[in-house]
Order: sequence, then structure tokens, then C-alpha cells
Amino acid sequence: MIVFDQVQKSYQVGGRAIPALHPTDMTIETGEVFGIVGHSGAGKSTLVRLINLLEPPSGGRILIDDEDITGYNPSELRAFRRKVGMIFQHFNLLSSKTVADNIAFPMKLAGIYSKTEIRERVEELLARVSLTDHANKYPSQLSGGQKQRVGIARALACRPTILLCDEATSALDPQTTQSVLKLLADINRELGLTIVLITHEMDVVRRVCDRVAVMDAGRVVEMGPVSEVFLHPQHPTTRDFVFESESIDHEELQEDLQKANGRILRLTFKGESTYQPLLGSVARKSGVDFSILSGRIDHIKDTPYGQLTLSLVGGDLNVAMQEFEAADVHVEVLR
Amino acid sequence: MEALLSNVDWSEIGWASWDTLVMVGMSLLFSVLIGLPIGVLLFLTGKRQLLEQPVAYAVLSFVVNVLRSVPFIILLIVMIPFTVMLIGTSLGVAGAIPPLVAGGAPFFARLVETSLREVDRGIIEATQAMGANVRQIIFGALLPEALPGIIAGITVTAITLVSYAAMSGVIGGGGLGDLAIRFGYQRFQTDVMVITVALLVIFVQVLQMVGDRLVLYFSRK
Repeated sequence: MIVFDQVQKSYQVGGRAIPALHPTDMTIETGEVFGIVGHSGAGKSTLVRLINLLEPPSGGRILIDDEDITGYNPSELRAFRRKVGMIFQHFNLLSSKTVADNIAFPMKLAGIYSKTEIRERVEELLARVSLTDHANKYPSQLSGGQKQRVGIARALACRPTILLCDEATSALDPQTTQSVLKLLADINRELGLTIVLITHEMDVVRRVCDRVAVMDAGRVVEMGPVSEVFLHPQHPTTRDFVFESESIDHEELQEDLQKANGRILRLTFKGESTYQPLLGSVARKSGVDFSILSGRIDHIKDTPYGQLTLSLVGGDLNVAMQEFEAADVHVEVLR
Repeated sequence: MEALLSNVDWSEIGWASWDTLVMVGMSLLFSVLIGLPIGVLLFLTGKRQLLEQPVAYAVLSFVVNVLRSVPFIILLIVMIPFTVMLIGTSLGVAGAIPPLVAGGAPFFARLVETSLREVDRGIIEATQAMGANVRQIIFGALLPEALPGIIAGITVTAITLVSYAAMSGVIGGGGLGDLAIRFGYQRFQTDVMVITVALLVIFVQVLQMVGDRLVLYFSRK
């Protein structure tokens, strides 16, 4: 468990303290995939670097499994860092070492593994990230996705309990992003590793995260389970992110709504209700006619969800509302 | 041909070439041994680096700059008492080596500093995140990553030392430069001058070629 207790960070620039992270309380549970989303400069990079103290905090306490890591001496800190893997946007592989040597590097630094242990572990990791055939290549000979898989294997070498991902998919194309995210999800499930992932893409959060914190100007402005934050965003920044990821043009949508007749509702389905043939039966029972203005059906991690914006005309609106609520559908009246 | 090169004593040329090789080789060796750690220190103590130490950096940088700003011909003369103290003579091959190192080491140190600065900061950060200490970061990541740059730096330093070594002939340093000055210049033996210059040109060409090959071999980018 990672606990932030009034953690803050500011940088000295020309004698003035510029805050990068305002005092923040946050808890990340063991074994969850925790997303931190924000625009560049929102402070998410700082936040993730506080967890392994690449950035020392200016105030507050950081507790990892109930131990205050801000009090560690240099050698305790180095031992702790071996238990925290990290992957980066630009991979940060050593260009002078082969794939196998890059993966072995953290184990060699630790100085507590025998040669056989290192060799076996490297083979095991190469197989896990499907790069066995590339063991003796140099990073410059690999594609972006392969480089990031080497990064992941390297981060896992010393069997960490936490994996920090710093914009790990931002330099990759959509397809490669998919496969890297799938790998991260598999690792999380199979090894029970806690993953803290920062990104500026809500889509990444939607695919792999259990919970998410939204950052804006050095503050966490919204935090909660991904489905909650994603389907019912409260803060303007969160809304921007959600609309951005759904490629919804807000103004266009408003125009469409203007043209529609009757009441306008937004229905949010989650889990099993996504698959129910609900609209037809509600229309029959209440006598309302509906037209679909916009809609989307997708997954949040493993949970299916749907979101429909409808305009309803005629019939008994109250009956319709009751029916929707009885079917566990969240209803929002837009007009 | 014989008449054209009537003044050239080939065995003399052979010995002088050998002396130049020894002077360049030895001074290069010591320049690297002294310049490399200084270059690493310059890098580490620099602004926003691992061991940021503004005072140490300023002092080190000042000393390096002073040695680099003194024209080598002056450095040769200024160094004479120190050279005598160090190895007993300021003459010959041995006497030329200390001033060559005094000129070569700071030059090489700057080149090392520059090539270390070109190592991606992300790699240093990643290595730190793995729990490496400063020594491990230097030897495990920084130096291997900067190796092609450092080899290129050694090549440039070696070539500079060839010309410095030739200059040391002025104060009786030995080698091809000494030959060029004593015979080519003072006795107007143009043929000796031409041969020594030609040999120096060949020497520099070979050094550059070998250096480039090595850089290519160690570049994985």
C-alpha cells in the first residue's frame, strides 16, 4: 500500500518556490492498477517520481507498506528502489548493452544474485515479454514496442512489488499501445504487482486501471474508481479528458441536442445491464418514442458499459424513468 | 631520387619517428589516465548533475581553462623547472612528456565532460531508479554509454599531441619535430623538412582512421 500524507513538492526557481505538487493525500492499494491522468505540467511526473524518491518531497510523509520512506538513508533507499520497477516514455535502455544485458543490469547492480540466477531470470523474462529471439540484439535494432517490452522485463528483473509507468505508451502507435497495456494488465493479474501509471490519455486509464486520480495544476482534482470517474466526471478537467477520449465535440453535441424534440436523457449502463434489450421493452411499456442522439458501447477494464443520449417524445415519461432505474441504469436528465 | 634526398639520413628519420611515437603514446596514456577522471568530475559536479558542487566545479574548470589557454609553446617553457624536478631533465623524449601531458590532459578532460553530457539524462534516471549508487552509475551506465564519444576524444587528443610533440623540438624535445627544426629549418635542408612533415601527415591520417573505425565499432545507436 502506498500512502501519501500531505506530500508536497516545490522547486526553487530564482529564489522563489514554485509548487509542482500541492499538499496531497492519496492511498494506492496493494495489487491495484492506479492511473494518474493530467495534461503535461499538471504534476503527474513529479508525483510518480516521489514514489521512488527520484524527486525528494518538500514536505509530508510517503508510507510504503506502513514504512516512511522519506526517512531512509542512502543505502536503505537504494535497497528500496530495487523493489520498485520503473518504465519510461522513451524506454531509457542502455544503447551500449544488448537486450539480455539490459534486463540483467538491475540484478547486477543489486550485487546479490549469482551468475546462474541472473541468466535463468533473464531467460524467463525474455520469454514473458516474447523477446527470446532478440536476446543478443542492441536496442537500436528494435521497434518501439519491443523496446518498451525490454523496459518492462528490466523493471521486473529484481521481482519488484510496485511498478511505476511514466507515460509508458505515449511514444507508441495505437496497436503497440494495446499490446503493451495488455502485457501490463497480465503482469498485474499474474504477479499481483501494484502498478502506478501516469498518462495523458484517458483511453489508457479506461483499458487497464482500477482507480484513477485526475491532476490539474499540481492538485489531484478528482479520484475514484475508473468507472465512476469515467462515466460521471465531476471536475471540468476530468470532463475534458473524457470527451477527448470519446472524440466528442462538445459544441457539436449541444447543437444536435438543440434540434431534437422532447426530453433528453443520458443513460449509463454498466456490467450486465449493457446486454439487456431494455430500450424496446421500456418503449412498449411506457409508450414513449425515442431517437438515439449519440451512443457508445465499450469496456472499462473488464466491465462492459454503454452510454446513450436519447430524446423521448410522447407516452408516460415517469413510467419510462422507473423502468430504467429498475433495470439499474443511471439516468441523467439533460433537458 | 638519391640527389633529391641527399641530406636525409634514414636511420636518423627512423629513430626520430620512433621517438615521436613514444612521446605521443606515453603522453596520450597519461593524458587519458589524468584527463578521464577530471572530465568525469567536471561532469558530475556540474549544474544539475549527480554531485552538483558549484565551488568544486568552478575551481576545476578554472584550472583546466588556464592550462588550455596558455599557448603550448609557452607551456613548454614554463614547465621546464617542474619537468626537471619531476624526471631530472627537460630534454629529450622523457623531458617532453610532462609538458605534453599538461597540455593534453585538460584538453581531453573537456572532451570527456562534453561526451558525458550527451548521454541521455533518462538513462541516468533509469539507473538511479534501479537502486544504483554513484559509482555504479558512472561505471555501469555513463562511461559505457559515452564510450564512442570518449574514443573520438582520444583520437582528437592523440592528433593534437602529435603536433604538440613536434613543437617540443623547439626546446630540445626529440622526435620528428626536433629533426625538422635542427636540419630542415636551421640547416636549410628542405628535403628533411619535407620528409618529416610527410611522416607527420601519415601519422595523423592513420590515427584518425583507426579512431573512426573504433568509434564505429563501439557505436550501437
